[in-house]
Amino acid sequence: MRDFSYLRATSADAARQAAALPGAMLLAGGTTLIDLAKCGVAAPDTLVDITHLKGLDKIEVNERGATIGALARMSHVADHAGIKSRFPAVSEALWQAASAQLRNMATIGGNLMQRTRCPYFRDPSNFPACNKREPGSGCSAIGGVTRGHAVLGASDACIAMYPGDLAVALVAFDATVHLGERKLLVDDFFLRPGATPDREHAIEPGEMITAVEIPGSAAARRSTYLKIRDRQSYEFAAASAAVGIEFEADGRTIRDLRVALGGVATKPWRARAVEDALKGKVLEPDAVRAASRLAVEGAVDHGANHYKIELAPRVVARAILKLGETV
Amino acid sequence: MTVHTRHGDASDGALAQAVGGRLSRVDGPAKITGAAKYAVEQQLEGLAYAALVESTIASGKVRVIDTTQAEAAPGVLQVLTPDTIISLRSASDWFGTPPPDKPYCPLARDITFSGQHVAAVVAETFEQAVAAAALVKVSYDETPSIVDLSDAKAGDGIPVDAMTKEWGDAPAAFASAPVRICAAYNTPREYQAPMEPHGLIARWEGDHLTVWEPSQWLDGMARTYAEWFGLPFENVRLVSPYIGGGFGSKALALSHGAIAASAAKMLGRPVKLVMTRPQTFTGYGGRAATRQTVTIGAGHDGVIQSIVHRGVNETSIDGMWVEPLGSVTSIMYATPNFSSKQNVVRVNSVVPGAMRAPGENPSAFGIESAIDELAYQVGIDPLEIRLRNYAEQDPHARKAWSTRQLREAFAAGAERFGWARRTPEPRSMRDGNQLIGWGVAAGTYPVRRAYGEAIVRILADGSVEVESSSIDMGQGTYTILAQTAAETVGVPADDVVVKLGDSRFPRAGVTGGSRLAGVMTGAVHKAATSALDQLIGLAISDPRSPFHTLQANTLVVSNGRIGSPRGDGPEVSIAELLKSVGRDHIEATGDTMPANSTAEDRYKNYTTIAMALPHTEGNYSRHSWCAHFIEVRVDEDFGTVRVSRVVSALDSGRLYNPKLAESQWKGGIIMGIGQALLEEGVMDRRHGRIVNDNLADYLVPTNADIPDIEVISVGIPDLHSSALGGKGVGELAIVGVAPAIANAVFHATGKRVRDLPITLEKLI
Repeated sequence: MRDFSYLRATSADAARQAAALPGAMLLAGGTTLIDLAKCGVAAPDTLVDITHLKGLDKIEVNERGATIGALARMSHVADHAGIKSRFPAVSEALWQAASAQLRNMATIGGNLMQRTRCPYFRDPSNFPACNKREPGSGCSAIGGVTRGHAVLGASDACIAMYPGDLAVALVAFDATVHLGERKLLVDDFFLRPGATPDREHAIEPGEMITAVEIPGSAAARRSTYLKIRDRQSYEFAAASAAVGIEFEADGRTIRDLRVALGGVATKPWRARAVEDALKGKVLEPDAVRAASRLAVEGAVDHGANHYKIELAPRVVARAILKLGETV
Repeated sequence: MTVHTRHGDASDGALAQAVGGRLSRVDGPAKITGAAKYAVEQQLEGLAYAALVESTIASGKVRVIDTTQAEAAPGVLQVLTPDTIISLRSASDWFGTPPPDKPYCPLARDITFSGQHVAAVVAETFEQAVAAAALVKVSYDETPSIVDLSDAKAGDGIPVDAMTKEWGDAPAAFASAPVRICAAYNTPREYQAPMEPHGLIARWEGDHLTVWEPSQWLDGMARTYAEWFGLPFENVRLVSPYIGGGFGSKALALSHGAIAASAAKMLGRPVKLVMTRPQTFTGYGGRAATRQTVTIGAGHDGVIQSIVHRGVNETSIDGMWVEPLGSVTSIMYATPNFSSKQNVVRVNSVVPGAMRAPGENPSAFGIESAIDELAYQVGIDPLEIRLRNYAEQDPHARKAWSTRQLREAFAAGAERFGWARRTPEPRSMRDGNQLIGWGVAAGTYPVRRAYGEAIVRILADGSVEVESSSIDMGQGTYTILAQTAAETVGVPADDVVVKLGDSRFPRAGVTGGSRLAGVMTGAVHKAATSALDQLIGLAISDPRSPFHTLQANTLVVSNGRIGSPRGDGPEVSIAELLKSVGRDHIEATGDTMPANSTAEDRYKNYTTIAMALPHTEGNYSRHSWCAHFIEVRVDEDFGTVRVSRVVSALDSGRLYNPKLAESQWKGGIIMGIGQALLEEGVMDRRHGRIVNDNLADYLVPTNADIPDIEVISVGIPDLHSSALGGKGVGELAIVGVAPAIANAVFHATGKRVRDLPITLEKLI
């Protein structure tokens, strides 16, 4: 059997150093890592357990925004009163993700590191070709079963979907991820596959996610996460939208709008074209629907995933109109 | 999920503990507390663990299996390949057809599907076995595969003449009918996906083999193991105390069982082999994919003049599975002209198998969708058109129904559902963005009958023990047999211990086709009656009995106490009586076999399905019936379908335990919702390989997908169907759910979806 070392980190710094070594991986909730180890995708030599580290699971919310420790559990964040009132889209994205059991285990930092559900990526024995797993080996998904693959942000090397929900809401509200001292926008933390689909995150060896910070805003306060999926629970998005809106004093003219998409792209997908088209306009259904088409500008389908190009703009439009109703 | 139930119609209003009462599952506490020990949870000394190596191509030949690395891996005890595994004999099929006189090798050299077992590794620990299995290197000479029914290479397939049903002149009557509809309906590969995966522990003691394995048929599987290894039937013992779901998939001994038992024999140690979840999608067959064409010719009044039906199901390259697609088509509606024919098409798949209502389920999707299409064509209410074409007798067998409470089911369901408030036009009912649709469909399942045997013992403490090699996979066998013995002997059900799931017990046929309850309540009733007769006989005749001087012709036993029918004279407990007459127990064996049955008859009855009685035997045609009324909400922008209300009225005859029957019906309805909206084995056409071989990607309903389900029993006792008046329960309720949902989706959206599952991209 494949032996590996298990290391209980004594501090965040020790964890970072240990995880910097080749073959080492951080272990938090384990909901992705253990799953991938079982299907033969992840084969760490060393697991650096950080779940017991103190001080990394705090959730702080105030006027300026929210800071969520990397080890906070998804279910705790989803249920946090401040998150629910100031960032409803974040809470809703978390509640609609995974299952109750997984949400109770999974951490926020681990959630950002969630890997794709591409079935070809997850089955090395039957599908050896996967550029994400083995750079240069090819892409088994292109030409295969693509119903769940990305229509935005893909490359010739990889069309794997980013499967998560939380990061979609984070991207919409300009959240940053804290890698110790270094901070970068969540939007920049997730990388497009390009020619290097094996590299999914802008994180370097020796770095560890310590927190996520979401700036407070009126748009975040009036926000929602709309997730459309084949079944009502425990299922990834066919298409989803995190939307936040701020009106001018007239209650009709859009001052600020945030739109990000899930379930359609290789990373959490900010739809700035939709935002720009509607900012300064009066909220009106036909205009919203027309502008929402811009969400899938440049989309390319692979046959079975074509429906996503139809579906995503409808999800965006519904979410914006729903927020408008609550004026 | 909230579940409302109206009951009492077919139950006897009896005490919970008697037959017909709502006794809770007697095995429930053990399962909830974890005390129930499942087959592969046995802890045996010296247990070794096996892991399978599966083919990664769908068609071709194994060129080389390189086991060098695997053999050198830590803890590895043996690596089995077609060259190293011991040779077995071919076994007979489930009809008892004598096998070909050639060896059987459960590891394949010729590959006919992706996921076929080609090698196995046995090691000291599970982890070592899994790790070493990944080190076995297999190279192949690959040949083109036939992926599925739509593959250009698949062709029209092989006609199955036994499936042909014809009367009148259906094509001519169709050609001259004033109203004609014709459509093709498709169902994909679907999988049983039981919570408990398949697996076993095999242990040899000399030439005796014990197999702990979840099983829907201990005696049938014991026969197969015995034939594989050339053993007398008696030398094989199957043990299966609890089963974590079968749905048809655990009735036969399969190749992984042969591999584990061979490994145990070769190693001289007990071996455990449990399939991984992905292996449960390729290691045995789910429901075959099907394609049906249904043409109906009718008058403007909606009265059917002709039905022409053609069906195709897929089977494997070297196995035969027929999914009888004309089974509902040929009996649901009266028609003077009818033609149904079926082909099977060979594809590179594991041989498909039985899955809840094989045949009837996809058959009903065809005919119950088609008659809905006819209803819109002629402008008649979908419920009314079903009543206009009501079959007053079995149109195929031309025999009277034993009982058919389908009209009552339509009436009760429609009333409860509020069908009269339905507006007929598609897209005419909505709630905001939600289009609302109401659909109806009927279902049916034949009453399959066979024979069973049981032992009933009355023990010294007055308790009663029942033994049978039949099984309980959650449907409630433990409970209803306790109720049967309790009522028959006259003791509380709490004082009855039912022992099942061991092939050393009196024998039983397959738990499949919804037959077990009818068979086993009959056998237990007979054995218990015989035990009671012995008890009363002793009480009357034994000089030491307190009743000896009473000069009674008979006595009654009630609540564990014996007394005279008139209430005069002494009254003692069963324990006291047995003590007074110096007996430590009374034992009776009861079986329902014909009186002149030979030992060979009995063996054949319990180890094959060849002796099952046809449902049209004698003067009657015997079936369960149901009507489903279903409301869906379809989001007009997103195409998502959610079932928001279900009312189903069902005729399973007399219910031995309404609580358990309702539970099974609801389970069938839930499974039908999954079939309609979610379930589909998705194939990579280049590799001939299922890609959603896990429970995250093969979608079954979650609680959030299931609305209020109301079930109504409309059955009446049917003594032509079983000794105590029940008909089949387990498979009935799934039949007709998918077409009721598809019909509701049409009513909601105006779009007719004829390919399951009804996913959102088919509606946006």
